[in-house]
Amino acid sequence: MTRLRAWSPPLALLAAAVGLWELVVRAAHVPDYLFPAPAAVARSLGSDHALLAHATLVTVREVVLGYLLAVAGAIAIAVLLHASRALRRALLPLLVLSQTIPTVLLAPILAILLGYGLEPKLVVVAVVCFFPIVVNAVDGLRSADPETVRMMRTLRGGRLAIFRRVELPGALPAIFSGARVAATYAAVGAVFAEWAGSSAGLGFVILQAQPALETARIFAAVVILSALALALYALVTLAERVLVPWHA
Amino acid sequence: MEAKVEAPGGVAADGVRRVLGGRAVLDGLDLRVAADERLGIVGRSGAGKSTLLSLVAGLDEPDAGRIWVDGAADALGRLARCALMPQRDCLLPWRTALDNAGLALENAGHSRREARRRALPLFARLGLAGAERLRPDKLSGGMRQRVAFARTLLADKPVLLLDEPFGALDAITRAELQEWLAAALDGEPRTVLLVTHDVEEALLLCDRVVVLAHGRAADEIEVGVPRGGTRREIVTSAPFLELRERALAAIGETREPGSRLRREPGSVES
Repeated sequence: MTRLRAWSPPLALLAAAVGLWELVVRAAHVPDYLFPAPAAVARSLGSDHALLAHATLVTVREVVLGYLLAVAGAIAIAVLLHASRALRRALLPLLVLSQTIPTVLLAPILAILLGYGLEPKLVVVAVVCFFPIVVNAVDGLRSADPETVRMMRTLRGGRLAIFRRVELPGALPAIFSGARVAATYAAVGAVFAEWAGSSAGLGFVILQAQPALETARIFAAVVILSALALALYALVTLAERVLVPWHA
Repeated sequence: MEAKVEAPGGVAADGVRRVLGGRAVLDGLDLRVAADERLGIVGRSGAGKSTLLSLVAGLDEPDAGRIWVDGAADALGRLARCALMPQRDCLLPWRTALDNAGLALENAGHSRREARRRALPLFARLGLAGAERLRPDKLSGGMRQRVAFARTLLADKPVLLLDEPFGALDAITRAELQEWLAAALDGEPRTVLLVTHDVEEALLLCDRVVVLAHGRAADEIEVGVPRGGTRREIVTSAPFLELRERALAAIGETREPGSRLRREPGSVES
């Protein structure tokens, strides 16, 4: 009931926006290839469903595998940065610097380097998702309560015990915050990667539909991409509820 | 100060000085605590009570002087012999009460199963039966402190360092837990250093009370009050009130902050 109440204002707003869009496009007689009405997008979702379903499968694979790669890599790097002060001081500024390189430019370079298969897509998705997770994880690991750490030392707790029993569980909420932000980036990363060189996927569908002026199909692909991001976000939130029950 | 420094299970400090933020928080502190003795440490805020516990625990080193715990003078040796119960309960929210209590056992390499098996009987003894599987956020303030104390006991160290263990509790729960702690310590005799700002608490729970001021033990009170009877009978008895007056007077005399930095370690002793 409370969840329904929380979701109804944004849903109502979205429905109103879609309704207004439909009305304006019809009233102004805008042709579908310029700016399709929601009904045209829905029609494309139906008539192109075979094409879109195949493309979605390809992109889902890139998104999920790339995202998992990012989560695993980010946590591993965060733990290393946490363990070594010297490494943190040397590497953290470089990580920030790396974020100033636009992914749009990174994707074609990786395509040249790694070819047109799955690998460059995974790397691009992972690179896009990596940063928010690593930054939050490092902060989370460092935010352990100093008094608890002192107490642990008097309770026979060595460095590893403190990490396992205090710092890592304490960092989980922060890690999940980063993972949730990253979940919304993953689909965009996959599209960039497909644009840089691919023969399948939702990004590829968009690329093909553009010169053909199949604008409704582009919109349909965008709708699916955003549903994908939303689903990933929901999954991560669910995982957080299960893994971090004390924090919610 | 004739007590043997190597006294097993005891704590000793000789001319301890510790400077923090340019101020000599402890300066020429001498202390002797016998094995299984309960020492209360009272004093104003900033008198160095918590600093002293950190030093005894081996979490910090003095700038001058030495500290022995059960014969060990090095920080690691002290750390191995002390268990600290901090001001806040510091219970881990992701662990149940029982698993919080068994933390030191798991740290020592025992399985969680074994830690639970050993913690369980203590729960019954400490009035925690039924709370084993509850997460800390489901426990009252008083119950949380009991779990924190169980955790400290299960570290199986000869010396317990209790830093304002009941500071955050309401007056009624506090009185209740003071009685409870006295009973618990009678059942599990340990060397105890109890830091508190509550003179009554120190007198009620300890064999001896030291008033900390100007970085040293400004006064020392032997608590010769008979412990029989209820808490209320004890705290309203004439000898108890007399000791309380004396301790409060000793703290009251420690007002002028003038001489803190100038004293040399190990100089004048009152």
